[in-house]
Amino acid sequence: MKEYELVIIGGGPAGLAAAVEARKSGIQDILILERDNELGGILNQCIHNGFGLHTFKEELTGPEYAGRFIQQVKELDIPYKLNTMVLDLAADKTVTAMNREDGLFQLHPKAVILAMGCRERPRGALNIPGYRPAGIFTAGTAQRLVNMEGYMPGRKVVILGSGDIGLIMARRMTLEGAQVQVVAELMPYSGGLKRNIVQCLDDYGIPLKLSHTVVDIEGKERVEGITLARVENGRPVPGTEEHYDCDTLLLSCGLIPENELSRAAGVELNPVTNGPAVNESLETSIPGVFAAGNVLHVHDLVDYVSEEAGAAGRHAAKYIQAGCKDETARTLPVKCENGVRYTVPVAVRPDCADGLVTLRFRVGNVYKNKKVAVYAGDTCIFSRKRPVLAPGEMETVQLKAQLLLDHPEADHITVTLEEA
Amino acid sequence: MEKIDLICIGCPMGCPISVEMENGEVVSVTGNTCPRGDAYARKEVTNPTRIVTSTVRVTGGKLAMASVKTASDIPKGRIFDCVKALKDVEIPAPVTIGQVVLKDAAGTGVDIIATKNVPVA
Repeated sequence: MKEYELVIIGGGPAGLAAAVEARKSGIQDILILERDNELGGILNQCIHNGFGLHTFKEELTGPEYAGRFIQQVKELDIPYKLNTMVLDLAADKTVTAMNREDGLFQLHPKAVILAMGCRERPRGALNIPGYRPAGIFTAGTAQRLVNMEGYMPGRKVVILGSGDIGLIMARRMTLEGAQVQVVAELMPYSGGLKRNIVQCLDDYGIPLKLSHTVVDIEGKERVEGITLARVENGRPVPGTEEHYDCDTLLLSCGLIPENELSRAAGVELNPVTNGPAVNESLETSIPGVFAAGNVLHVHDLVDYVSEEAGAAGRHAAKYIQAGCKDETARTLPVKCENGVRYTVPVAVRPDCADGLVTLRFRVGNVYKNKKVAVYAGDTCIFSRKRPVLAPGEMETVQLKAQLLLDHPEADHITVTLEEA
Repeated sequence: MEKIDLICIGCPMGCPISVEMENGEVVSVTGNTCPRGDAYARKEVTNPTRIVTSTVRVTGGKLAMASVKTASDIPKGRIFDCVKALKDVEIPAPVTIGQVVLKDAAGTGVDIIATKNVPVA
């Protein structure tokens, strides 16, 4: 088997953007490994519009957005293998994979980019009581069935969870003739983008019940109905139960980065994001193994996935071109305070950043009239007013690396929320 | 003076926009952070429109379905007519992005175009 300098695991938006940027940065020998039968990943089933406003300055659908990157990969002649499952990644970066043409094979690249994306939280992880009949799908499974396979999962639908895919599917199922009765959300705020509440629920008169959850599923062979109840302090309130007849329950209850391979390799994971802990170069705890996109932390916007993955591609190229040396440089851990749940990266080496350091984070609650502040040690080096911050919307701060170099005494960075 | 509060759907930022109306005329738009928001708000209170996306069946292709969209936005009230007009549409592979799948969908004057490349099986 031919060896490659850079192997990218996953041919979705992150893998494609990483490959394009790595090639443009001068890496000739790149291989993308994709387990599906086409490139593009989950974008292929996201047929709605709203992608690409940042990247292409126009509003594209998911398949069109993927198409733009697939075209670049083809124009740059970057090799890829479809229907190929990566079985293992070792700490020495040995990649073990298999497909029908090559059988089982091993690659020994100089660098690896993790771009495996994420998975939906399934029913088993939600502790919903009741029978286990047919008719319970994650929203993404239903999306694939409707948009790619051409099957309708059901006619009378209840959706649990207000994640974006659930909202998008509420509209999609309605357009395809289903009756979507209600979207229930456990939390007191929506998990999805505001614009999706407007154009997917409000446009079609679908109610959103916040602080509600499913407390019972009825039906033995097929779902026949569900019971909703109001939730207070994390518990269903007795007497608030409401019954809905339905044949389908869709779950849109969060996404979890898919890190089986990273874990097997011994990559250190961040317990908050469930993705690898990375530095400013998006490099994991294993030198030469980089991560980007939803495998690193779940994004709301594919544009930011492409941007992040492009940076991972450039950093991987730099690592290979520099002779794969393990850099020792001043490392500043990033601390989160006052409602900031996590940051990516978790550590910054000011000397290794090229000009700009991008910090992405999420908050743990809905906040109004705050300002986002960044400190190098005890000195505030950045602050920006934010009228509204919500857990469903990722925040980004870009800092000039020079600001960190100007504070050689600082031994950490803090990202925090303050009163505006 | 009538005040209408909207959430902009122009991009995922979802800016909260206030529109002041008098005698069916827009007097002011506030809260938007870009010109797209201003345009959306003026349209939304007078003639709301949406891009509609759906799928059609493909014969002889590598994939069973091709995704499609309206080439431009159509009046909100015509969304269901548009989707209904696509119900029995079947197109032969190959399909290329941008190809017209249905002309003048449901009399809206707007074509439906493919958003996915589907090669021949």
